[in-house]
Amino acid sequence: MTERTRIPLHRDPKFRALVIQILALAFVVYGFYSLFQTTVDNLVARGIQTGTSFFDEVAPFQIGFSPFFDYKLGESTYIDVFFVGIQNTILVAVLGIVAATLLGFFIGVVRLSPNWLISRGALAYIEIFRNVPLLLQIMFWNFAIFLPSLPAPKNSIEMGAFYLNARGFHTPLPVIEDSTGFALWMAMLAVLCVGLIVFARRAKVRFQETGQQLPVVWISLGAIIGGGYLLYLIAGSPLIFDEPVLGRFNFKGGGQLPLPLFSLWFALTLYTAAFIAENVRAGIQSVSHGQTEASHALGLSRKDTVRLVTIPQALRVIIPPTISQYLNLTKNSSLAVAVGYEELVAVWAGITLNQTGQALVIIGMTVAVYECLSLFTSFVLNWYNKRIQLTER
Amino acid sequence: MKFSAKIATTVAASAVAVAQVASAGTLDDVKARGELKCGVSGGVPGFSAPDDAGRMQGIDAAVCDAVAAAVLGDASKVTFIPLTAKERFTALASGEVDVLSRNTTHTLTREASLGLNFTYYNYIDGQGFMVMKDSGIKSTLELDGASICVQAGTTTELNMADYFRNNNMSFTPVGYETSSQTREGFEGGACDVLTSDKSQLAALSTEMKVGPAGVTILPETISKEPLGPVVRQGDDQWMDIVAMTLYALINAEELGITSGNIDNLKANPSNPNVARLVGTEGNMGELLGLGADWSYNAIKQVGNYGEIYERTVAKIGIPRAGSVNDLWTRGGILYAPPIR
Repeated sequence: MTERTRIPLHRDPKFRALVIQILALAFVVYGFYSLFQTTVDNLVARGIQTGTSFFDEVAPFQIGFSPFFDYKLGESTYIDVFFVGIQNTILVAVLGIVAATLLGFFIGVVRLSPNWLISRGALAYIEIFRNVPLLLQIMFWNFAIFLPSLPAPKNSIEMGAFYLNARGFHTPLPVIEDSTGFALWMAMLAVLCVGLIVFARRAKVRFQETGQQLPVVWISLGAIIGGGYLLYLIAGSPLIFDEPVLGRFNFKGGGQLPLPLFSLWFALTLYTAAFIAENVRAGIQSVSHGQTEASHALGLSRKDTVRLVTIPQALRVIIPPTISQYLNLTKNSSLAVAVGYEELVAVWAGITLNQTGQALVIIGMTVAVYECLSLFTSFVLNWYNKRIQLTER
Repeated sequence: MKFSAKIATTVAASAVAVAQVASAGTLDDVKARGELKCGVSGGVPGFSAPDDAGRMQGIDAAVCDAVAAAVLGDASKVTFIPLTAKERFTALASGEVDVLSRNTTHTLTREASLGLNFTYYNYIDGQGFMVMKDSGIKSTLELDGASICVQAGTTTELNMADYFRNNNMSFTPVGYETSSQTREGFEGGACDVLTSDKSQLAALSTEMKVGPAGVTILPETISKEPLGPVVRQGDDQWMDIVAMTLYALINAEELGITSGNIDNLKANPSNPNVARLVGTEGNMGELLGLGADWSYNAIKQVGNYGEIYERTVAKIGIPRAGSVNDLWTRGGILYAPPIR
């Protein structure tokens, strides 16, 4: 020990490493600082104003689709536009992730089918959709397929109170008419749900004690749908439906799924599902066949083997690459500008940027939103992934 | 360790590079490069769209041709850079283009906050609305509740919002990135109405399957859209050059100088104004930092304003006689300061 302290400081490898690292870090920090400072100086020199004071100005343009926020021309501000953009981005991302997961799982499983025709069909699907640029696919579905094939609003395809035309899909929207009745209905539904949870627990205990299984899922589903409707009638039908009515140009009232959202969602789903299908195939193939044989030897049915043995082990392989697909889907939703869907990049980094010229602030905020969405998605999925990983003791 | 040091060097180097872009006169840059970089829309017939040979044609493109002729002596030394409405101002501010000649409307906000200067107008436009002929719509005031295709991020979008709000009408915007996408959307039935500057509506209708006969451009003009070339703020000499080149083209028409007769007029000028414009009298070019034949080259190689109009905007079916874009001597508002 005493010998070590005698080494001169400049020859101490630990000290030298520390000094060099501090210098390198300082250099990097200085590099970024000077980049930032130069940008600011140049903006000032060129007379370009920057700042966040435009947030509270009234946005001088209209936004057509905002399902959860009320956007009002002449009252809503630029910062409202920002939130409307985030809302629409999240909406299409969530819809896309759900649909792509379901479709991707289906294609991935089918890809391993012993039937030659079916497995080759799935292979063709995967190869077609993941090898064509996404922007092209979005524009193809919107401009080449949906727009020409769907009729004008006057000749809408009618399905009961639902209407489909080149503007989108129009549905009746439930509106609460009788709020006490609605509260009563909700309370009764809650009681029903608690009852079902208790029932499921009992069934599990019974299964563990006697080995007898009850179709818990089907009973619950039936109880919720059938019972829910019965309770709705008991509560005095507290909802009324706002039905879309054909106006001079298009349907008014009710809910609307605009065509750009549909085209974007459709294209994102097909594209991402192709990648998820490959993840699923790889995951399932990673589980050794011995596992399946062992499970059959233990007397588990084919269905239970898949559900209890193959899938849980496959998921460990499937989830990590699928997280990146979810992130990709969220980021790819910014291609919506091509078809006129009003998500974040279109209304904020597009229209607002162009009307205000505040590139630095606006692009910075847009980057931050995607960063947060991606980090949030991977945080949730990593947590889930950790939960299902093999616990090694 | 080495890696992070490399990053730091790169970052520091790029910071220095950014610092250098700002200064330097555009004129010197263009001369040194031997070529003018011109931002255009690239997809609007009559204004800027490639012809069969791939050469950009149109009244916006012609302005850049004329500037290149005035500065470099050769109208063909222009690189056209197609820009979307969203990209255009950033492209100009960052030095990606020397002149932005992209049917851009002059407004206070743009002039005052984007670090750029508008020079003069090469086309005075106004916003209008186009519907399919079989819709039977005759007036903009019948458009309550309509879906309207529009190019996102333009003044068009703002005028439309103002107009509908003033008239207590509702509408649903369908915003696209490029003007050809708005046309595709309109043709496919994504909207009932297409809105843009009237010249663009006429231009877009020529590209539609039903053709100009299948659509109606409604009579109302809801806005003033003075369109013209834009330059970066802080380079006054360059701004003068672009503005004066445009003025020279307009004055040439007023004085009866055409690409055909300019050689004769240069040999025997009919009056001192002509002599100054063809470069045989005075030192106009020198004052601008250009050669004496700057305006001669521009007019000779590109034609006067009238000639340009006839071979570009007139071709998409917008007659000039008696419109605002005619010379002030013929009832229009095109009026250029004297070259003297």
